[in-house]
Formats: sequence, structure tokens, C-alpha cells
Amino acid sequence: MEISDTTIAPEIDQDTQAAIDVDRATGDFRFPENHKFDAGYGLNADTVRYISNVKKEKDWILEFRLKALDVFESKPMPTNWATDDLNNIDFDAIRYYLSDGQQPKRSWDDVPDDIKETFERLGIPQQERAFLAGVEAQFDSEAAYSNVKEALSKEGVIFVNSTEGLREHEEIFRPYFGKVIPTGDNKFSALNSAVFSGGSFIYIPKGVKLKQPLQAYFRINSENFGQFERTLIIADEGSEVMYMEGCTAPKFETATLHSAVVELVALKGAKIQYITVQNWSSNVFNLVTKRGIAHEDAEIRWIDCNIGSRLTMKYPGVVMKGEGARGEVISIALANDGQLQDTGAKMIHAADNTTSNVVSKSISVGKGNSTYRGQVHIPKHLKGCKNNTECDALLINSTSRTDTYPAITVRGNQHVTQHEASVSQVSEDMLFYMQQRGLNEGQAMSLAVNGFINELVREFPMEYSVELKRLIDLEMEGSVG
Amino acid sequence: MTTLELPSITAEQPSTLADAPQWFTDAQNAAWQTYLDSPAPSRKMETWRFGELKQLDFDSFTPAAFADSQDIDVAISGLDETSAQFIFTNDSLAHAEADLPDGVICLPLEDALQQHPELVEKHFMKGDSKLGSAKFAALHKAHLSNGLFVYVPKGVEVVKPIEVYHILAGDKLAIFPHTLIVTEANAKVTVVDYFKSAGDGAGLCIAMNDLIAGPGSQLNYSAIQDFNLSSKIIQINNTTAERDSNAKAFTLNIGCAWARNESLSLLSGKGANSDMLSLNIPSGEQKFDQRTFQHHAAPHTFSDLLYKNTLYDKSKTVFSGLITVDPGAHFTDAYQTCRNLLMDDTTEINSMPGLQISADQVKCSHGSTASAISDEEIFYLQARGIHPKKARQLIARGFCVEVIERIGNEALEALVLSYVDAKFATIA
Repeated sequence: MEISDTTIAPEIDQDTQAAIDVDRATGDFRFPENHKFDAGYGLNADTVRYISNVKKEKDWILEFRLKALDVFESKPMPTNWATDDLNNIDFDAIRYYLSDGQQPKRSWDDVPDDIKETFERLGIPQQERAFLAGVEAQFDSEAAYSNVKEALSKEGVIFVNSTEGLREHEEIFRPYFGKVIPTGDNKFSALNSAVFSGGSFIYIPKGVKLKQPLQAYFRINSENFGQFERTLIIADEGSEVMYMEGCTAPKFETATLHSAVVELVALKGAKIQYITVQNWSSNVFNLVTKRGIAHEDAEIRWIDCNIGSRLTMKYPGVVMKGEGARGEVISIALANDGQLQDTGAKMIHAADNTTSNVVSKSISVGKGNSTYRGQVHIPKHLKGCKNNTECDALLINSTSRTDTYPAITVRGNQHVTQHEASVSQVSEDMLFYMQQRGLNEGQAMSLAVNGFINELVREFPMEYSVELKRLIDLEMEGSVG
Repeated sequence: MTTLELPSITAEQPSTLADAPQWFTDAQNAAWQTYLDSPAPSRKMETWRFGELKQLDFDSFTPAAFADSQDIDVAISGLDETSAQFIFTNDSLAHAEADLPDGVICLPLEDALQQHPELVEKHFMKGDSKLGSAKFAALHKAHLSNGLFVYVPKGVEVVKPIEVYHILAGDKLAIFPHTLIVTEANAKVTVVDYFKSAGDGAGLCIAMNDLIAGPGSQLNYSAIQDFNLSSKIIQINNTTAERDSNAKAFTLNIGCAWARNESLSLLSGKGANSDMLSLNIPSGEQKFDQRTFQHHAAPHTFSDLLYKNTLYDKSKTVFSGLITVDPGAHFTDAYQTCRNLLMDDTTEINSMPGLQISADQVKCSHGSTASAISDEEIFYLQARGIHPKKARQLIARGFCVEVIERIGNEALEALVLSYVDAKFATIA
């Protein structure tokens, strides 16, 4: 099928089209939409009531949402420290809730050739490709999902969406909901709190160690993937879980704003690993708040990889609340032309003998800009806290840019912190060496870049690391010469 | 009791410097307006993050120039051999002697404005204050009544250091010392600023120093801040390093209840080299706030920053450093290190070492560390018969010496170390 403006359904008027197509590059495609529930454009108390009503939520949730809306409206944009690009978000041009039929009805034929080619080269299985392209009809994960669900529920694991979580398991989720990341944490967490839909609510019972990672895209497919998903994972004492968020997502994501809130609670001795591979299309503002609370001897690891989006602002955090808790952030960011990857980590030590580790590697290509922004906080009266922060940046072209803004606060003298950052580029010698052995310049550059992040890529599960390497190869193409 | 109503430094426009050239009077008038129009620092500003905004209430201070400059006697230890010595008491020149090579201009700013107005105009406060205190830089300019102008012409070397003493006497008085140093091509000079209180009165010092290192020149500047513990200082340093020059700025902070240092180095020409050094030993309730900016605007430039803080008691330091490498400033080496030695459990450090790199072929790094002296180190010295208290002091001293050794002038290094030892002696 030819991809052009003519594929837009006639019922979509000019304004609507303009709203959907904010900052869209040519070559992307559009599709007709048909939604059963649509909260319309813009955001006000009625929008919030509409969403809450459609979800048949209890009163306290509606109140929570309305209060969050007030907070959102009262908070200024954080442009005093963040990029002015945030001012380009038009909150009135965004639809805050779509449901039932929100999943774009597309056929494989609608998918542009370059995207198909991308999938081909990424080696993504046919089924998954269809999902990634948003082709619902061709992707049938319900069966697979049901199997997983059955096995999980035998162990007592709860794995539901946010609506169901708050409705069916209020006693489990309510005590932690909005507690790790309070509504007023920042403007975008408040926005999410007002209009959240979708996302995963997970409870792992005491002592249950899940061998298989839980994956977000089962959930996404069976439930609408809102732009404002809300995730809450509670790992009870001694349990272990790995959660993977695969937004190796559609190049044709229509959203211009993705603002999620992810809260993790690791109770005594529990372990949570949260893995994200973010590859939004380059017109998405990806403003995500992620934080975990680690109780006594618990461990929370964020493994975060950002390749897509126009602007990503994401600083996964760990509050180490119990003695001996550990927090870790492993972050890879790749910024190409027109992209700002503003990522980092927040480590809040709140108990004795807590340890945190941050390893961040960023690559700036073309006119890309990658930023590390970090916070380490060790308050008074604590003993034996340790933090290690390493950030390395690689600049590929002379127009590339990288920034580092860490902030470290230490009170008391019984702690050890260290921060190191370096900036470098791929040396001519290294490229020459590889070219001498028969690689072309592009291949040599790809190899060097993959080498730069290799130790971190190993932290990802196999299929992700393979995909990641290929994605990086793709991004690096044409970056030299 | 009758009290003389003295004007507050923030309430009304000071009278401009008499007999100054018109451009300078205009600049002072404009600065006062800028001061009034500039927003006060707020929590929202990154440049004041972790900063102490409550320290910025200067309403109760009076320009020291209004106060009686009675005979003030204060003992200050300086260098044995100098090529010039100037003493300013409450911003008035109290003593001057100089034995300088031909062509070197070394005059109180007041006189320099009359004798060399063009030369002063060319270099006077050309840089912007980007590190948060633009409002106070304007206040400084509006109130400026004295300071020192040093001009070293092409190829001239001033061997012995030039010393400048700024003495603040009295309570609730403010001084605005200014040091402007210009070295022309291949010239060389060393200037030392001393800041000292006479008595226990709470003083305020808003000091600025502009260092302009011409092509191939060597400009060494040191500041020794030893005010009493009830005073405050805002010190703004602007360095410009031109082609193949070497600019070195060192600051020692041991006095003041609250000290804010803003240090900016602009590397404007190929081959320029800037060393930014600072040693801080806060104790008691002292709070030191340091903001630095290494701005590489030309290729093949080099900057190296080393800030060391040794903290005692309930003291607190803030370090915020930024390296910016402009597009096109390739082959730049920029290093930034901030090390904190925590001597007591009640100390607090905040460290924000930042990088902004927009160029290629760049070697940049920053590091920030914070830790206490390890038990092993104390044990090692104890095993050799050294009392633990003495051992801790030895290690702290050794920690400080690494910065001092980089000043590169033996007599000056020994002097700085004597100030450091004097400070250690006050710490129980």
C-alpha cells in the first residue's frame, strides 16, 4: 500500500490531523482510528472524571487523580535546570485517554518498508515484529500470556493492570500506591497521577523467586498501552523478580508525550531488576519518573537503555531505606541527530551500610546530545554508606555533545563516595587498525562503539543484548565519513 | 544614646568615585541600576543549589568608606621579599611602597583611573558573572572605591611578588576590593591578595579580581582569606588566558562564617593554560560555597582544577564545577578534581562536578571524592609512636600540601603552609 497522507481516514479533520502529527518526519505513516472511549483533547477536571468513570474507579482514586491535576497545574516546567525544549509540549493537543480500539488497527501492509527492513535486520521474530509494528490482529499473545498467568498465579503472583490492581487487590497495592513517588514529586509525575491508565501492578509473595522474567509487552498487548502507564511492583520478603519493559517500540508511535510512573518496593531481602530498552520514535517526549524503595538487605537494579525519543528525561532512583540495602543503576544512552538523552540516577541513602552503584555510558552521534544528571544523597547520622558513580561518554562526531551534572551530598565522615567521569572519542589509530584488517570505516566505528558499552550490554538478558547491539549498529550507520 | 544613621549598602546609590573619568562614573551608575533590576538569587537557580540564601541579607551593612579610618594596627604575616606592597584599610590606601621594573604600572585603582584611564577601561570588568552572583558583581561595581591595578608590559618580568592587604575594621561594614592584573605578551608577575579583619566585628567583603593573561605571559595570583569568624565574603574571580599564556589562581579559605567563591577561567587562545587551585579548611560552623567554570573557547587549550576541602566540626562545603568545551575547541584537555576529607561526623559536603562537551578530540575528566581518614592510616602512624590526634593532623596536613605545592613559588608555598598550620592549631 502506498504510504501517504491520503491514507488518513476522511473523518479526521485538519485540526485533529495536526494534533496527531506533531513534528512528524516524512515517510512515517498514519492510520484511521476508531475509539470506543475517547477523553478528547486537552486536560481538565472533566477529562480526569471521564477517565475515572470509564474505569469505574473508587472515589479515593478519583480524588487522588483530581488532587494530582491541581498539583500538575500549579507546578512550573523545570526549565530552570532542564532543556527549554519542554516548552514545546502542547498539553492541549494531547489526548489523555483512548480505549477499546485504541490499539491501532493496522495491517502488516501498512508498515513502511524501511521499518520492515529494520525489523528484518534486528532479527525480531515475525510475530513480535507484527506486535512491534502495532499490528494487533496478527499478533496473538493472549495464549502465551494466559499460560504465563496460570503458572504465576499458582505461585500466588499477582500480575494485573493498574485498574484491576487497584480494584481487585486494593489491600495489597493501595498502601504503596503513590508512596514511592508522591504526586508532587515533579510536574510529570503529577500529570501521570492525574491521567494514568495501563501499566503493570505486580505482587510477588514471600520467598517466591521467579526464574522467568516478566515482560511488559504481554501486558501491553492485552491491555491498552497508554502514554501514561503506571507500574507498581511489590516484591515481598525474600522474593526475586526481573521485569522487562520492551518499548523497542513502534516507529509510528503517534503520541508526542510519554510520561510514566514506575514504583518499586523491595521488602526485606527481596531483589528486583527492572530492565528497559527504550526506542521511541524521534518525535516523542519521554518523561518518566522511576524510583524504588529497598528495605533491609534488599536490592533494586535499574538497567536502562535509551536509544529513541526526541527528549528523554529519566533518572531512575533507589531509596535505600533498610540497613544493608543495595541500589544500582546501569544506564546506556545513545543520542543521534535531534535527540537529547537526559538520563541519570538518583541514589538516596537512608540507612546504615547501604551501597549504591551507578555506571552510565553514553554515546553522542551527529548532532546528538547526551547528558548524565545524577544525585547521591547521604544524610546525617548514617554509617558505612558507599557510593560509586562512573560515567563515560563517547563522542563520535565533532558536532556531538555530552554533558555531565552530578550532585553529591555527604553528611558525616563514615562514608565513602567517589565519582568519576570521562569523555573520549574513538581514536584514529583504533579505526585505522581495524580498517587495515578489512573492515570499512562504518563497521570499525560500530565495533568500537559496541566495545565501549560491551560490559554493560552483558547485564541485559540475551535477546535484549543482541537486539541492542543491532540497534546500535543501525544507529551508527552513516555516522562516519 | 545617639546613633549616627549610616546608609545601607543595599538601600541607596553610593556616590561615585570622585575625579574618575566619565566612562567610569557612567559604569558605576549603570551598575547600581543593574543591581536594583537583577533578581535576587533563589532556590530555583542551579547556581545557588545547596547554597545559603539566608546569608545574602546585606541590608545592615554600611560601606566602610563612610567609617572613620582610625589608626588600625593588625599583624599580618606576609612574604619577606616583595617588589611592591599595598595596604588598604576599609578601602582606603594606608600604605604603599614599590620597587618595580620600568614600564610596570602598579597603582591604586583610584590613581590608575586618572593616570591611565584608557588602559583601565580596556580591561575593567569585561567578563560577565555567570556563576550566580551577577547581582553582587553589580553591587561591587557600584560601590567600588579602591583596589589595585597591575599592568606588566610586553616582555617584562616582575620577579618578586606584589602584595596587597585588604583590612576590614569595624562592625557591620562592607568593603569592595578590586584587583585588576594585566600581563602583556611574555610578561610575568605574581600577585598575592590578603584578606584580614582587624577586631571581631562582623564584616562583609565583596571582592573581585580580573586576571588577563596576554599571549605567552605568566600570571600567578593567590588569595589568602583569613577574615574573622563573624565575617562574610563573596569573591569573584575572572581569568582570561590568551594564546600560549599560563594563568594560575589559588585561593586559601580559612576565615569567614560564610565564604562564596566564584571562579571563572576563559581559555580564549590556542595553547592557553589555566590552573585553578583552592584549599579550604572550614571548622566550627563555617560554610564555604565554591562555584567554578572552565570555559574552553579555543582549540588546544588546557585547564586543570584542583579543589581540596578539609572539613571539621559542623562545617559545610558546596562545590559546583563546570567544564564547557565550545564547538570547535578541539584537542582540549580539561580536568577537574574536588576532594573532600571529612574529619568529623557532623560535616557536610555537596559536590556537583559538571561537564558540557561540544567538541571532538577532547580529553576531559572530573572526579569528586569524599571520605574520612581510614583507621589503617591512623594505625600505621600509631604503630610508629605517633598519638592518634597528631596522626590525624599529619594526614590532614599532607592532604593540603598537594594543592599548596602547585602554587609554584617556594616562599609563597611556605607562607600558605604557615597559615594552614595556624588554622590547624585553632582546631582542638
